[in-house]
Amino acid sequence: MAQITIKGVKKNYAKTPVIHGVDVNIEAGEFVVILGPSGCGKSTLLRMIAGLEEISEGEIAIGGTVVNKLEPRERGCAMVFQNYALYPHMTVRRNIGYALKVAKVPKAERDERVMKVAQSVSLEPFLDRRPGELSGGQRQRVAMARAMVREPKVFLFDEPFSNLDAKLRVAMRSEVRRLHRDLGVTSVFVTHDQIEAMTLADKLIIMNAGRVEQIGRPTEVYNNPASRFVADFIGSPAMNLFEGEFDAEGHFVHGAGGRMNVSQLNGVRQPGRKVVLGVRPEGVRRTGADAHGAIPAVVDYVEELGASRLIHADANGSRIVALDNDSAELKSGTPVHLSLADSALHLFSLEDGRRISH
Amino acid sequence: MERRAVYRNKVLPWLLIGPQLLLVLVFFYWPTSQALYWAFTLEQPWGGGNLWAGLDNFLYIFRDDRYWGTVLRSAFYALAATGLSMLVALTLASFVDRALKGTKLFQSVFIWPYAIAAPAAGVAFRFIFSPEAGLVGAINDIWPGIWDPATNGIHALAMVIVCHAWLGIGYNFVFFLAALQMIPRSINEAGAMDGARPFRRMLDLQLPLIAPTAFFLLIMNIISSFTDSFGLIDTMTEGGPIGQTEVMVYKIYVDGFKGLDYSGAAAQSIILMLLVIGLTFVQFKWVERRVHYN
Repeated sequence: MAQITIKGVKKNYAKTPVIHGVDVNIEAGEFVVILGPSGCGKSTLLRMIAGLEEISEGEIAIGGTVVNKLEPRERGCAMVFQNYALYPHMTVRRNIGYALKVAKVPKAERDERVMKVAQSVSLEPFLDRRPGELSGGQRQRVAMARAMVREPKVFLFDEPFSNLDAKLRVAMRSEVRRLHRDLGVTSVFVTHDQIEAMTLADKLIIMNAGRVEQIGRPTEVYNNPASRFVADFIGSPAMNLFEGEFDAEGHFVHGAGGRMNVSQLNGVRQPGRKVVLGVRPEGVRRTGADAHGAIPAVVDYVEELGASRLIHADANGSRIVALDNDSAELKSGTPVHLSLADSALHLFSLEDGRRISH
Repeated sequence: MERRAVYRNKVLPWLLIGPQLLLVLVFFYWPTSQALYWAFTLEQPWGGGNLWAGLDNFLYIFRDDRYWGTVLRSAFYALAATGLSMLVALTLASFVDRALKGTKLFQSVFIWPYAIAAPAAGVAFRFIFSPEAGLVGAINDIWPGIWDPATNGIHALAMVIVCHAWLGIGYNFVFFLAALQMIPRSINEAGAMDGARPFRRMLDLQLPLIAPTAFFLLIMNIISSFTDSFGLIDTMTEGGPIGQTEVMVYKIYVDGFKGLDYSGAAAQSIILMLLVIGLTFVQFKWVERRVHYN
């Protein structure tokens, strides 16, 4: 178990900066997920912690030791790679035991530790097979066992489940959760899958274009996105975002002149202020035409989800998605009225995308 | 399931394999069958009939101590040239694979020696290694007489072997580099995370994974060092001094074209051919077992 401190870390490839300065504190024993779209620099950050990528600027410390100049083997991290990176010419037993062999651990102890780790991820029947003879899920478990056997201070996961099918992914997710609970090792997990991120993380780090957008607990990030990017990226179906401004009476004007009554946003409704109003589909409900603040809209199409459905509608030139539990048929072109739940509104500056608290 | 192409036209397939078949027949089977025939007869140097000799040509060769000398020399030549060439090529390839500066340039520069004909390289190296005037001869200025391939057989053999190895480096390099680059980067990185240093990773991870390529190169190099050494030796030493660089293929030339012993030379070339076939067979049988194909 070790704490990881990342201070002002930057990365440039040749002259092109890809990470613009990241500051993160990871507590000992914490499970941290770095989430972001592809190309945001999340894997690069992880590889800098691992020592596979040089740190252009700034400082990374693991367990209080600055590791900038240390080789991967001196950092005490173990890594699970996206494509498993198993040694194809070695049996599962030798794959798992390779790090111990390199570290000159005596054979008897090595065998014992390999066996113990193999048991914990149910791999004993496959110890004498080669990776080529294993299924995707089994290979994934070998990769995890190989990381675990060294009893590292830190686990690093680089999109480890992206080659697995949906069902296996869910199973591996709970496996990783369980292992983390049992071993309590500080873990950094990189993914672009928000469900994976939400379910695994103690702490979530959202990255975009080489910058950290937000750090927080998953629910915190979901309920209080710090920026328009986070609001848009987290949550499925995605949040409704309307660009517009407040008029003299404090109404929010958007699209082709649609007006919304947003009296709960008291205090920030300066007329002419350009903002982005966000509301999650579950915060948009169908309502009667005479309800207070009802927004008239026209149904475009309906997505059935089974237990509920998503109504995609057009409200005065703005696209709006509402979560609906009714099962009555709604044809394209049907007029409906929608209302926004009071507590569910998010406001962002149009200029820099940062959250405007209210 | 294997899919087979079926030709309705009976002539077309023959036309398609025709050119290749013709080449193989004219340039391999015909000369070989001729050599085989000569090896069992006594052929007159100026033509005009021959005598059936049975195994006498072979028995005569096998009783000749000088012949066994060339066999041993050839074996040493093959092992040394192959080992040297492959080792240097592998070292260069692994440097280039580690993406050191100038990789793009070296990738093409290193293949060039392969494009040089052996006699041309031989002439060039004769100057380089010349004890009186060459680059290497400069050490004679410091320690007079320390380098003398003209009279010292060991020097001469070493010189030819180095040249042979040098010629093959480019070819070996390209294959080694391609094989190294086929290994996913992450395997090397996983090795680094597991604590192995670069040299250890080379031995434990990269070498086993390029074994199929190394095996292929081993066969190609061994065959080439038995059969392609003629051009170098002829231009550099002509088998000398006193036959100390005479390998099997060169003795065939000397006996056949200088000594006009066509039958003896034919028998020797049959032996050389069987030896190369046998060696290749042995390598497939014993070495390939240890090679892990993915």
